[in-house]
Amino acid sequence: MRADAIRDKVAIIGMGITKFGENWNKSVDDMLIDAVYEAYADAGVETKDIEAAWLGSVVSAFTGATLAMPLKLKNMPITRVENACGTGMDALRNACFGVACGLYDIVLVAGVEKLKDSGYSGLPEFFDNPVYNLGLTAPGRWALLANKYFAKYGIKPEDGKRALAKIAVKNHHNGTFSPKAHFQREITLEQAINAPIIAWPLGLFDCCPTTDGASAAIICSADIAKNFKDDYVLVKGFGVALGTGWGKEDIDYQYDHLPETQAAGRQAYEAAGIKNPREEISVAQVHDCFSIAELTEYEALGFCDQGRAVYEVEEGAFTLEGRLPANTDGGLKAFGHPLAASGLRMCNELYLQLRGKAGPRQVKNPKFGLAMAQGGHPGYLMPVVTILGCRD
Amino acid sequence: MPAITSFGAYIPYYRLKREEIGRAWGGGAPRGEKAVANYDEDSITLAVEAGRDALHGIDRQSIGGVYFATTTSPYKEKQGAAVIASALNLKKSVFTVDFADSLRAGTNALRAAMDAVKAGSVNSVLVVASDCRLGAPGSDYEQVLGDGAVALLVGKEGSIDCVSNYTHASEIIDQWRLSDQPFVKKWEDRFVVTEGYLADVKEAVDSFMKTQNMNLKDFNKVALYAPDARGHKEASKILKLDVKTQAQDPMLDTIGNTGAAFALLILVAAMEEANAGDKLLLISYGDGCDIMSFQVKEKPLMDKEYLGVHGHLKSKNYLSNYEKYIKFRGIMDVESGRRRPPQKSSAVAIHRDRGMIYSLNSSECTSCGRAFFPPQRVCNYCQAKDQFKEVSISERKGKLFTFSKDLLASTVDPPLVVSVVNMEGNLRFFTPMTDRDPEKVEIDMSLDLTFRKMSETEGYCNYFWKCRPVR
Repeated sequence: MRADAIRDKVAIIGMGITKFGENWNKSVDDMLIDAVYEAYADAGVETKDIEAAWLGSVVSAFTGATLAMPLKLKNMPITRVENACGTGMDALRNACFGVACGLYDIVLVAGVEKLKDSGYSGLPEFFDNPVYNLGLTAPGRWALLANKYFAKYGIKPEDGKRALAKIAVKNHHNGTFSPKAHFQREITLEQAINAPIIAWPLGLFDCCPTTDGASAAIICSADIAKNFKDDYVLVKGFGVALGTGWGKEDIDYQYDHLPETQAAGRQAYEAAGIKNPREEISVAQVHDCFSIAELTEYEALGFCDQGRAVYEVEEGAFTLEGRLPANTDGGLKAFGHPLAASGLRMCNELYLQLRGKAGPRQVKNPKFGLAMAQGGHPGYLMPVVTILGCRD
Repeated sequence: MPAITSFGAYIPYYRLKREEIGRAWGGGAPRGEKAVANYDEDSITLAVEAGRDALHGIDRQSIGGVYFATTTSPYKEKQGAAVIASALNLKKSVFTVDFADSLRAGTNALRAAMDAVKAGSVNSVLVVASDCRLGAPGSDYEQVLGDGAVALLVGKEGSIDCVSNYTHASEIIDQWRLSDQPFVKKWEDRFVVTEGYLADVKEAVDSFMKTQNMNLKDFNKVALYAPDARGHKEASKILKLDVKTQAQDPMLDTIGNTGAAFALLILVAAMEEANAGDKLLLISYGDGCDIMSFQVKEKPLMDKEYLGVHGHLKSKNYLSNYEKYIKFRGIMDVESGRRRPPQKSSAVAIHRDRGMIYSLNSSECTSCGRAFFPPQRVCNYCQAKDQFKEVSISERKGKLFTFSKDLLASTVDPPLVVSVVNMEGNLRFFTPMTDRDPEKVEIDMSLDLTFRKMSETEGYCNYFWKCRPVR
């Protein structure tokens, strides 16, 4: 395997995202059209310029035709991708392979999810054993990790709750600078700590909302990127590591860290040529479906030492002013989580940050940005890590 | 002569104080409390638990028959005994029979088991009786009826001999339940008790004593079925039974009337306390009478894992209110908020995975020795393919590794406590925790496994195993 095989071969030249939220009056088609046409406009391309497309959707699509039909992409190679919450980012990864190998010059990637038509709170049921399926929800699954993590590192429940609440407060704050986020409002530490419990220790504000949205990217071969924009962004590398579901069946799975995420991070760093992520990553979008996910991802991705994240959060390491700003756009906490749309939304934030266009949430002189879309849940993770960088 | 080789009992974890039922409907309430099956239990799961209690230390492959007695099988058509035999991991050639429809079904099954062993058609039969009968809200029955199960292993050898039998049938419309009705009905109380129960029991006991040339006083303990506490008192008086010394406590104040299991449950309580030389008498009523006498040859030895009637009585928790009881027993549909619909079940998937689902078979890699549940064809450690043996883990204990108390999950009894359990034999099991107090769930607590109903999503019962705090 050649880890650096796609480094600097693919550029992002345009991105678009819809307003994320309870989009009662927007269908899957509407959201795809809105996101893709915004990306077209940003890149300065039209449908006729697109040679192939990848569509990510977990529960809102049937084949790539879900993209072809509203956009009238006639007789085009379109692949539908599904890898749980890592879907959108994995669609980007696969599209990059198509470009990096020289088969296509310009391709479209989109992710869409329509969750608010379901009529109930939370996520739909995914594939599971029909007999002994437990009905455990996503917050319930992450609470398995939270309880073990606190026990393992001797973190008192009130200290753990406080660190988690600080992450929620930070992301809500960052979200106030993101007009397209589901929420744009500050919350207080007290609100977050005292909110109704969903699955101890996770309270209401430790959980991201269920949201509708779509996102899109236009990518092209790096050697033609300057034809579209001067400040294009380069793809540095990816990492993907799917667990075997071993948390459920293997007594060695510890539920106090994220081994799959560590592996995906290592792959991505090698691909991007990053030796010391703590120093080299300027800005990160991590998967804060739940505050405990963001907390443990800091450790899994090497942003801080194992067992230290609670203290680093307390010191403000990951705020906009911190040493490694994380979820600068407000993350899933503020944007909500339309599953397959989230990965490209994270990349969109890196795309803005790396080009100095993130407005009031802009970090200083970023060089490398990392985004991580975490599919699955502890014991059964499928993280996708993307590293993007500024052009030379 | 057939003998009782082993016995066991199961009383659900939950109890409902009768004053709480009185509170709901106004007016007074009888003494005590009743045992209530959890929302994930039915007569089949109760019977499995009683069967497990009776089978500690016994080779399950040696059992020739399972006779399941109940008036409340979840199925009108489909055998409960076959499910029980699967969950108990018995041999394929086991003879399974359901005894149903009468309060006497339990003793009918025991009599049939004795006859089968005596006739030599099988060496041993596991008799399991259980019931979860419902009284209509506000009725006397709602106060009196309790849930419970009992098991007796009848074989050629045992510490207690089955000495003699008497039976007669009596047709009387005293209490009944039509096939489409959920609640037990009865005629006017005095008729039911005096002309039904008391008259019939007296006649049966007199006939039995005459044929055996014995006297009730010859028996050290009498396990006497009674519709309720008052009935027990009246029958004891008519039979001249010494309530203090001779009558085995019918546990009407602690469990309630457990229907087809009731007489046998009182009998097992007596056996637990019996001494060598004791003579025990069993009197069961329902559409007639069954009477059986037993001779205790030696004090029964009980396995260290045995809980029985007395052990289960001590292990309990109270349902906090009547409304929870109504919800648990499905007497009223309670809206629990808009949640995603439960995943559909598949009869095909159950059939394909029956060894895993009923017998709780894990896979043990024969190449590296690591064990997995659910069974894995490819070992997660040494990657050996199809080199494993199936091993049941249903009787193993474990410790809670981590847990989640999920309030968003759709369940009759929130929070859904999902447990990651490290089991004996270096094996991980991922399962909901039942019969638990959410406040007392903590890492490293001791757990064992219990056979439960997961759902009824396709209109049939999805059974599987959950963990619970060791009782």
